[in-house]
Amino acid sequence: MHAVRLPGDADDATFRAAAKRCIALDLAPQDVAFMDEAAPSLFPPLPDGTDAGTSFSVSRAYQDLLHDAICHRAADRFDLLYDVLWRVVHGARGLAANPADPAVARLSGYARAVRRDVHKMHAFLRFRPREIDGRTRHVAWFEPQHFTLRRAAPFFVDRFAGMDWLIATPIGTAAWCEGRLVFGPPADKPADADDPVLDELWSTYYRTTFNPARLRLDAMRREMPRNFWANMPETRQIPAMVAAAGRRVAGMRAQAPDVPPAFSERVAAHWRPAVVRSDTPLDELRAEVAACRRCPLHGPATQAVFGEGPPDASIVFVGEQPGDQEDLAGRPFVGPAGQLFDRALAEAGIDRSAVYCTNAVKHFKYEPRGRRRIHKKPDPGEVTACRWWLDRELDALAPRLVVALGGTSAGALSGRAVSVLSERGPAQFGARAGWITMHPSFLLRVPDAARQAEEYRAFVADLRGIREAAA
Amino acid sequence: MPLDLLKKLEILADAAKYDASCASSGGSKRDSLRGGIGSTTGAGICHAFTPDGRCVSLLKILLTNFCRYDCAYCVSRRSSNVARARFSVDEVVRLTLDLYRRNCIEGLFLSSGIARGEDETMGELVRVARTLRTAHGFRGYIHLKTIPGASDALVAEAGRWADRLSINVELPSETSLSTYAPEKDATSIRRGMAATRTLIDEAVDARKPAPGAIRRAKPPRFAPAGQSTQMIVGADRADDLAILGASTALYASYRLKRVYYAAFSPTGHPSAGLPQAATPLIREHRLYQADWLLRFYGFELPDLVTAAPSGMLDQAIDPKLAWALARRDQFPVDVNAAPREALLRVPGLGVRAVDRILVARRSATLRLADIARLSGGLSRTRPFIVTADWRPTASLDDAHLRRRLAPAPVQLSLF
Repeated sequence: MHAVRLPGDADDATFRAAAKRCIALDLAPQDVAFMDEAAPSLFPPLPDGTDAGTSFSVSRAYQDLLHDAICHRAADRFDLLYDVLWRVVHGARGLAANPADPAVARLSGYARAVRRDVHKMHAFLRFRPREIDGRTRHVAWFEPQHFTLRRAAPFFVDRFAGMDWLIATPIGTAAWCEGRLVFGPPADKPADADDPVLDELWSTYYRTTFNPARLRLDAMRREMPRNFWANMPETRQIPAMVAAAGRRVAGMRAQAPDVPPAFSERVAAHWRPAVVRSDTPLDELRAEVAACRRCPLHGPATQAVFGEGPPDASIVFVGEQPGDQEDLAGRPFVGPAGQLFDRALAEAGIDRSAVYCTNAVKHFKYEPRGRRRIHKKPDPGEVTACRWWLDRELDALAPRLVVALGGTSAGALSGRAVSVLSERGPAQFGARAGWITMHPSFLLRVPDAARQAEEYRAFVADLRGIREAAA
Repeated sequence: MPLDLLKKLEILADAAKYDASCASSGGSKRDSLRGGIGSTTGAGICHAFTPDGRCVSLLKILLTNFCRYDCAYCVSRRSSNVARARFSVDEVVRLTLDLYRRNCIEGLFLSSGIARGEDETMGELVRVARTLRTAHGFRGYIHLKTIPGASDALVAEAGRWADRLSINVELPSETSLSTYAPEKDATSIRRGMAATRTLIDEAVDARKPAPGAIRRAKPPRFAPAGQSTQMIVGADRADDLAILGASTALYASYRLKRVYYAAFSPTGHPSAGLPQAATPLIREHRLYQADWLLRFYGFELPDLVTAAPSGMLDQAIDPKLAWALARRDQFPVDVNAAPREALLRVPGLGVRAVDRILVARRSATLRLADIARLSGGLSRTRPFIVTADWRPTASLDDAHLRRRLAPAPVQLSLF
C-alpha cells in the first residue's frame, strides 16, 4: 500500500501526473491511497522512479468527469477517479460514460455538485465598491462549498473586465486588476463597507418583488440554501417578510373593491373608439371582415386577411384561404404559393398591381404541430359562412372576370361542388363571367419535376386565356 | 440615497412583480473583454430567490404605472387606487448599471403602463435600451415588453437592443379578454406577435451566409432570445385544456420560446367581478408540466384530453401519470428495448433520465436498481416498466393504482 499526497485544490494536471506514476508502477486501486497533503498517514509514498514510457489516452467523458469532480471537497474523490481510470486503462473504454457504474455515478454526483457550486458563486456573490488608493475596487467575500474559485473566476473577467475587483474566499483570492487575473492565498473576511445601493436599493427591490400570496419557503431554500445567506444582504429581511406574509394576504382578501381615483373618469371620457376610415364601400367591408365572428376560424388565427388590389381591377383572383405567411402579414398571396403566382402572372403578361387578389375564406385554418402550423382545408360550413363576405367584396369590385383558383374557390363562387380538372377554363358564376383553374399551391405539391414544369406551363396558358377574356 | 427614488422603486417594482417571466436565458453570447460592461452566457442566472420560491434574475420594473387602460386583473388599471410613479429614462439606466456592477442582476426587464400613446410609451422603453447599449456599452440581458399597437419601426428598433421581446396575451380567449380588458384588442396583440416573429425570422435568414457569397459583416441580430408571452390563470373561467389549446396555437403561430402561466393572485386593489382568492399554485404547476409534455415529450393536445377528460388537469398527480393511468394498454415499457419516444412517456422518467438510460443500456442490461440510480426514484415508474429483473404483473391492472401513486393529500396542503 502506498500513499499519494495531493493538495486539496489539486487540478486535473496534478492528479493526472500522480495517477500516471501509479499506472506506471502497476498499482491497482486497492494498493494506493490518495490523501490530502496535511493528513497523517502510515503508508509509504510512491517509490522514486520515472513514468517515461507509460502512455495511455482516456476518453473525453473521463476528462470531463475529472475536470469537474476533482474540485469536490469529498476525501474519496481522488480514489474514485483513480479507480475509474484504472479500469479504463485496463480495457473498459466506455466506462466513464456509463452512468450505471456505481463509482461513475458517485463521481457524476460530485461533478454536478461542483458545477452547481460554480453556478452559485456566479449567482450569489455580491460586490461592494471601495476606494483603495484612489481607485474604485469592487470587493466580495464568498464561501464556496468546494474548490471552485479558479473555475468560477473567468466568468467575472468576462462580465466585469472594465472594473477592478477582488474576490476573497476561505480557499484563496482572485483579483482582477489592470487586465490581469491573479490568484492568491486565502484571506480573512474583509469588513463590510456601507453601500447604499446594496443595502437600500437592492434590499428594497428584493422585498418588493416578493409576492406574499405565493409563499413557498421550501422552493426558496432548495435553490438558495441558508449557508449562502450570510453574504447576501437582502436575505436579512426574509424572516420579517415571511412573518408579515399571512397578514398581508388576509388584508388583501378583506379589501373592498377600490374606489376609482378622480383621474380615472377623466381618462375614460377621453377614450375614443378607433375611427374606422370608411371612404369607400371596400374599406368599410374590410373593417367589418376584421371583426368577423361568423365561424370559429377567427379564434386561433392572427387576423382576417382581406383582398388587395385596385378597386377598379378588371380581374379578381379568388384563392382558397390565407396561409401561414399571409396570416402573419395580413396580406393575401405573399407566401411561397403567392410568389409562384407572381412569377406566372408576369410570364402571362398580367400586371400584378393591376389585378385584385382575395380568398374564398378570410381566416387561416390550421392544425398546430409543435412550432409549425399545418394547413387544413376549410369545411363547407366555413366556406358558406365566408361567402357572405366574398359576394359583397365582388359586388363592390364589379370586375369583368372572376378567376377561381382551385376547388374551394370554384365551389364558393358557383355554390356547388366543382371538379377543377373537368371544369377547368371559362365558367359562369351566377351572373358573373368567370374562369376556373388550379390553385398555385397545387403546383408546389406536384412531386415530379417534369410534371411540375408541365403543370406550370398549363397554368401560365390559363392565365394568358384569362388576360384575353378580360381584355 | 434619495428617498423618492426608493419610493418609486417600491411602487414600480411592486407593479411589475405579477409578470412571471424572469428568464435571462437564450440568445447570443457576449462579454466585456473589448469594452463596455456585462456578459451573457446563454444560460441565465438566478441571482436570488424570494420566499415565494421565485428567482430574481432581472431588475423587473415598470417605467410608469400610470395607465389609461382598465383591465380588471391588473393592479395598474386606471380605476385602481394604487400609488402612482414614473421613472425617468436616466433613472432606470443608472439603477440597472448600479445593481449590475454589484452582481445582483443579469439585466433589465422593462415594461410600462400606457400613460399616453402606444408609440410614446414604446419609444421610452426603446430609449432606455438604446441608452444602455450605446451610451454605456451594456452587454447584459434586456427584456422589453412590446406595447400592442406600437409602430413597426419602434418594434424593429426594440428588437435590435433587446434580447427578448414579449407581449402578454393575458387571457386564453378573446371572450375573456373583452370581458376583463374591454379596451384591449386581441387582434392587435396577435398582430404584434406575428410582426415580432416575422422580424426574428428575417434576421435569422439574413444572417445565414448565402452559398458562395463573399463573407461580409453579418446584419444585426433581432431579439436573439426570441419572444414569450404570459397568460393569467384563474381570473376567468377558462379550463386547463382551453388554456393549453391557446398555448399550442401560440407556439405554432409565433414560435414562442415560452408561454408563462401566472396563477391569478390578489393585488390588494381588488376589482369587482374578479375572484378575491388566489388561484392555487398547484394549478399553475400542472399547466407548466403539461406545457413541458407538449414541447419536450412528444405529447399532442389529444393526449392531454385523455389525461384530463373533465377539461381540468388532475391536481393530485402529474399529467403524464394521469395519461399513463388512462392508457395502461401502452404499458409496460421495456427500458432495455423501447425507443426514446416510448421511454419519454413513462411516468417519473424525465428527459435527462431517458437520455441516461439510453447511454447506460448500451453497456449493460438494466435492472431495477439501475433505473432507480439513473432516474432518482422508482415510486411512479415501477408499475409501468419492464427491466431484466422486474415485470409489473398484476399491478398495472390494479384498480387502486391511482390511489397508490398519488402522494398523500397532506402534502398538497403545502400549496
